[in-house]
Amino acid sequence: MNYRMLSQGLAGACLVLGTLGAGSAQADATTDEIARYREMIADGNPSELFALQGEELWKQKRGPRNASLEQCDLGLGPGVVKGASARLPRYFKDTGRVQDLETRLMTCMETLQGIDPKTIINAAWGKGEREKMQAIVAYVVTESHGEKIDIDMKPPQMKKMYELGKMTFYYRGGPMDFSCATCHGDKDKRIRLQDLPDLRTQAGAAAGWGSWPAYRVSNGQFWTMQHRLNDCFRQQRFPEPIYGSDVTIALSVYMAATGNGGTVMTPGIKR
Amino acid sequence: MKTYAHTVALASLLLACQGAGAADAELHAEFKAMLDSSFKTTGIAAKHRIYQLDFQAACSQAQAPAMPVQKAIEAEQLKTIRYPADGNYFGNWKEGEKIAISGRGLTWTDKTPTDNGGGCYNCHQMSHHEIAYGTIGTSLLEYGKTRGRSDEVLRYTWGKIWNAKAFNACSNMPRNGDADILTEQQIKHLMAYLFDPESPVNKK
Ligand code: HEC
Ligand code: HEC
Repeated sequence: MNYRMLSQGLAGACLVLGTLGAGSAQADATTDEIARYREMIADGNPSELFALQGEELWKQKRGPRNASLEQCDLGLGPGVVKGASARLPRYFKDTGRVQDLETRLMTCMETLQGIDPKTIINAAWGKGEREKMQAIVAYVVTESHGEKIDIDMKPPQMKKMYELGKMTFYYRGGPMDFSCATCHGDKDKRIRLQDLPDLRTQAGAAAGWGSWPAYRVSNGQFWTMQHRLNDCFRQQRFPEPIYGSDVTIALSVYMAATGNGGTVMTPGIKR
Repeated sequence: MKTYAHTVALASLLLACQGAGAADAELHAEFKAMLDSSFKTTGIAAKHRIYQLDFQAACSQAQAPAMPVQKAIEAEQLKTIRYPADGNYFGNWKEGEKIAISGRGLTWTDKTPTDNGGGCYNCHQMSHHEIAYGTIGTSLLEYGKTRGRSDEVLRYTWGKIWNAKAFNACSNMPRNGDADILTEQQIKHLMAYLFDPESPVNKK
C-alpha cells in the first residue's frame, strides 16, 4: 500500500482535527447594498424573457423528427413541467442514469426531436443548441419557483452519486490545490466582496443550489447550473468539466440532497 | 509528481488505525473513472490537473488527516522553499499591491501560465485602504508593524508565501513559489507590501 491509499482510507478513521483558516464572520454594508438591489429588481426578473423564449421552444416542432418537447418526461410524467426541476436530479429507469435537468432535457431532445446531444455538449455557452437549452432551462425552472427542494434519495444509484459528489467536493488538485471546499467549506466566508455559501450545510446548500439557475446582472446572461459549476471549476484552476458529465451530476446530487427541504428560488438573480 | 521518503515510517504509524474496506476501494475506483471521463483540456488548463499530488490526496476529506500525517507533509513541503539567492527579501511595495489585488492566472481563459496575480485579496484583508477583501484567510492588516522585521519573521513569511503547506499541511493557501504561480521577484514585491513602513498595509 502506498501513502496515498493509506491516507485516503484512514482519514475518516483517524480524526485529529487541524484548525483551518480562522477568519472572522462579518455581514457588512456591502452585503446590505446587494440585498437592497435584489429587492429593487425582485418583481421584474429579467429571466422572464429567457423563460418566454424557452416556453416557445418547448412547444415548437423542431429537429430532424419535427416534434415538440411537450411529451418530455422530466420525472413527473410526460409533459409535466410544474415542480419538475425541484425534484431533480433523480434516477431515471429509462436511461438507467441519474440525470440533472440539463442532461434529462438532452435525452428528450434526442429521443423526441432527434437532436444529437453532441450539438449541445460541444457548443459554446450562448451559442447554437446550447443557447436554446439555456432558454428551455429558464422556462422549466421558473415553473418550480417557490416549491420545496425534494430530492428522492431512496434509489441506490442516488446514494452512490451522492457519495461520489461528496468526494468531488473535497477533492483538491490543480496548481492552486483548491477543492470546492476551499471556497464553500466554511461558514460566513467571502472572496473579495462575494459571499460564499457553506455548501456542507442544509441552509448553505439550499441557498446556493436553490437559487440557481440564475440571471447574472453583471453580464446580462442567464446561467444554468451546468454553467455555474463550469465557472467554479475554472476558478478552481481545474481542467474544464465536459457539459453534462457525471462529475457535474454527482456534485449536483450532493448539493441538492444537502439542501433538501429548502425553498426553490429559481430563476435566481445574481451579481 | 512528488513522492514521500517517509512512506514506510508513515505506513506503520497509520496501521494502528482502521483500514479502508473493499466497498470503499470499489467506490474509489469508480470515482477515479468518473473524473477521467468528465474533464477535458481547455487552453492551458490541461486534463492532467485532475491527478493529485500525494499531499493533495491526503487533504481531500472533510477532516484534516491525522497529526502525524500532517507533520510528515509539512516536513516534506518545507524542503521545497527556496529563499532569495541574494539574501534580499524586498522589492517594491507598489508592485506588491498590484500582485496582491490581481486574482488572474492559470485558468483556461488565461493565455499563458506565467504573469499571474497572487490573488491575496481574494482571501486576506491587507491594507488600510482596500475594502474589497475576502475572509478565507486571516487579516494581514499592519502585518509588518505588528510582527517586526526580525530574521525569523522574514524567513517565516517568505516561506509561508512560497509554500503555505510547509506550516499547515492542508492550508487553503496556494503554494505560490513551489507551484510556479509567482516568481521570486513577485514574492519580493509582496514582502515589501507586507513589511515596508510606507506601504498602506502598515501606514494609515
Ligand atoms: C476559488 C474559489 C471557488 C471555488 C474553488 C469554487 N467556487 Fe463556487 N463560487 C465561488 C464564488 C466567488 C461564487 C460566487 C460567484 C458570483 O457571485 O459570481 C461561487 C458560487 C457558487 C454557487 C452559487 C452560490 C450562490 O449562492 O449563488 C455554487 C452552487 C457553487 N459556487 C458551487 C461550487 C462547487 C460545487 C465547486 C467545486 C466544483 C465550487 N463552487 C468551487 C468561488 C469558488
Ligand atoms: C485561497 C486562500 C488564500 C490565498 C489566495 C492566500 N492566502 Fe495567505 N493564508 C490563507 C489562510 C487560510 C491562512 C491562515 C491559515 C493557514 O496558514 O493555512 C493564510 C496565512 C497567510 C500568512 C501567515 C499569516 C500569519 O499570521 O502567520 C501570510 C503571510 C499570508 N497568508 C500571505 C498571503 C499572500 C501574500 C498571498 C498572495 C500571494 C496569500 N496569502 C494568498 C489563505 C490564503
